[in-house]
Amino acid sequence: MKVGELSDITSAFHEIKNHAESYRQALYDSGKPLIMVGTATCGRAAGALEVLKAIRGELKRQNLACPVIEVGCLGHCYAEPLVIISKPEYPSICYGWVNPVIAERLIKEFVLGDNPCLEFVLGALEENDLVPSFSDFPRAKYENKVILKNCGQIDPTEIDHYIAKGGYSALVKALQMPPSQIIDEVRRSGLKGRGGAGFPTGQKWELCRRAVEETKYVVCNGDEGDPGAFMDRTVLESDPHSIIEGMIIAGYAIGARYGYIYVRAEYPLAVEQVKIALRQARKLNLMGKRILGSHFSFDIRLFQGSGAFVCGEETALIASLEGKPGIPCHRPPYPAVNGLYGKPTLFNNVKTFAYIPRIIDNGAQWFTSIGNERSKGTAVFALAGKVVNTGLAEVSMGTTLRQIIFDVGSGIPGGKHFKAVQIGGPSGGCLPESALDLPVDFDSLKDAGAMMGSGGMVVLDEDDCMVEIARYFLEFTQRESCGKCTFCRLGTKQMLEILNDITQGRGRIDDIDILSELAEDVIAGSLCGLGKTSPNPVLTTLRYFRDEYEAHIKEGRCPALMCPNLIAYYIVPEKCERSCDACVGTCTVEAVTSHPKKRYKIIDQEKCVKCGTCLNACPPQYNAVIKLSPPSEVPS
Amino acid sequence: MGKLKTMVVKNKEVSTTEEQAKVRQETRQILRRFRRKQGNLIPILQKVQGKLGYLPREAMLEIAEFLEVPEIDVYSVITFYNQFRLNPPGRHSIRVCLGTACHMKGGYITLDAWKRRLGIDRGETTPDQEFDLDSVACVGCCVMAPVTVVDGKPQGKVEPTKVDGLLLSFESEREKKSKG
Repeated sequence: MKVGELSDITSAFHEIKNHAESYRQALYDSGKPLIMVGTATCGRAAGALEVLKAIRGELKRQNLACPVIEVGCLGHCYAEPLVIISKPEYPSICYGWVNPVIAERLIKEFVLGDNPCLEFVLGALEENDLVPSFSDFPRAKYENKVILKNCGQIDPTEIDHYIAKGGYSALVKALQMPPSQIIDEVRRSGLKGRGGAGFPTGQKWELCRRAVEETKYVVCNGDEGDPGAFMDRTVLESDPHSIIEGMIIAGYAIGARYGYIYVRAEYPLAVEQVKIALRQARKLNLMGKRILGSHFSFDIRLFQGSGAFVCGEETALIASLEGKPGIPCHRPPYPAVNGLYGKPTLFNNVKTFAYIPRIIDNGAQWFTSIGNERSKGTAVFALAGKVVNTGLAEVSMGTTLRQIIFDVGSGIPGGKHFKAVQIGGPSGGCLPESALDLPVDFDSLKDAGAMMGSGGMVVLDEDDCMVEIARYFLEFTQRESCGKCTFCRLGTKQMLEILNDITQGRGRIDDIDILSELAEDVIAGSLCGLGKTSPNPVLTTLRYFRDEYEAHIKEGRCPALMCPNLIAYYIVPEKCERSCDACVGTCTVEAVTSHPKKRYKIIDQEKCVKCGTCLNACPPQYNAVIKLSPPSEVPS
Repeated sequence: MGKLKTMVVKNKEVSTTEEQAKVRQETRQILRRFRRKQGNLIPILQKVQGKLGYLPREAMLEIAEFLEVPEIDVYSVITFYNQFRLNPPGRHSIRVCLGTACHMKGGYITLDAWKRRLGIDRGETTPDQEFDLDSVACVGCCVMAPVTVVDGKPQGKVEPTKVDGLLLSFESEREKKSKG
């Protein structure tokens, strides 16, 4: 590359940057309040679009011309819908649990008036003397936003917003570096693949770069199929350009011209945001032919997956891109050497690519300063299940599970006791209380029998049955098994049938041994990650919660009172208020009736479908509906 | 066993020759926008299903001919992926989320309630073509568990009583329409 060209790249970008800067000024320095509404999928499910409509309507009625933009997810999903208002002379304030009525009040009282409505505040984005900020939250001590930095604070459909926040500067910097130096930087950063397996990213890039082929591909794996995980979705929806920038840099580093972003069809909004982002990047010549006037050309296409968990496996994903059923094949040869259409193909997870611009911008040394000895950088977790603050959390590697669940997630709701945390989805495992002080990194989780997976974390409390959760995951992997390997196809089927028997009260005492044996066989006899890891939920629950299996088998009892066949609902006559008919009215199958004389309520066990509606309906001051296990406990 | 199970699903026959011709014509229209390479098979199927609501036999035949691949290859891709359907959808789609969080918060109870009320199983459509019921593996709204996606809109905290409530609102809407 000639020297003249280098300055061309910088000056070409300079113009783009100036344009973005004027966009930023119009938003923030117009002197008018800026209103941001979080409309990622999590926000929409909570009613963010109705809130947005109410805000626009009220602004119109009040004749106010404030900029209103839609942003992604801030990570505080438990408090959705979220609205952020940045008014001059005030800190940017984030309001939680907003509904259309609150939204209209915010416009009238804060945007038009000067009452910041402190009663609806979740937190301020920056520290100030007026309202508590997010940095005062207990979770702030552990949170370290690297790839979630922009999420929920920029408009994902506006490339200028991303550029104004420093976006695409890493690309400009990278284009002026020799490819080997970029790979060296990534290698020295110690970045490991965030898809779950944790393969060193730099090493993978080096393999691809060395492959001698004219055509190479870069593929971003956004087939986030783990039930209970939504980190990739959030990044794709909230900050798609960071992924695109990472992919372009990767393409330049390994010498590829084409890229694919593979997104699940179950994420329609992510698909939409990525489409828009690609169009915008192409328009500004940040992608496409001769990027920013350099000799490097790179173009990315969006590919929608069609609902197959196994396609998260790279060789299956390749088959899917080629228009075939997603059936994995043997590795080696690795895709880095022989991948899509037989060409060298670089596969990385959504989050891995999102780290790249940050690493190029800030240098490898900055990245290695985050995290612990063995794993560098941050980890993004999706907290769900029985935890107060469900949502996304990005913490440094090495943070303990206890800190994540109890400090970031604020513990278990309803005063219940923590029982286990399920990490890594169907490939991961359930860890008990004794494992809570484990630092979260790739190795320690593997030692405990779980794995990082892509980062789903489902918290379970005393009401959750561990045999049932193992059965649930196995049912999932069994259904999603592509059927190629006998052990995965038939072994998981056998295991599932045994678990079905146990949870339905037909378990036999030697079932536990057969399960462990089968689990070993499935691991040994399967080709891809799906089969190799599918027994993990069973193995970890057997390791840490064997007593629950035994209670099911020996006593026909479900200790967590969850398995429908092993429990019965019962109304305690002494506790029943008698003149209240809440349970009778709500029962969906008319199984609850009044005693003809004494009027306390009785459940017809034959009719009962064990949906628990009566238990929820019974007013808390009576609490007359209880669950009994085994069902024979019900007094006749 | 795994994916093989879906193979027994019967494909709904498009009855009249008129309908068949229409399906073929609409499929051909979509095919015009694609290049003839197998890598386009899944995007084509997605577009055709988006237009027709499902993938009838005639559409498969057209696609196979266009891409110059054996018909069975098109069929095997369709039956492999969860997204594709061989039966026409109902007017309203009910998708019960069975992700981990939803399952642990009673998604399976919700699915039972839908099955009971609609009288159909997963993957089926009611005889009056009003509803089709299926499960999905996580829509990523774990915070609102248990979730049911009704006509594309995720509804949070759907327990058996809310199932009845949702069905009631569909009914009153229908009544309003028939009156109005």
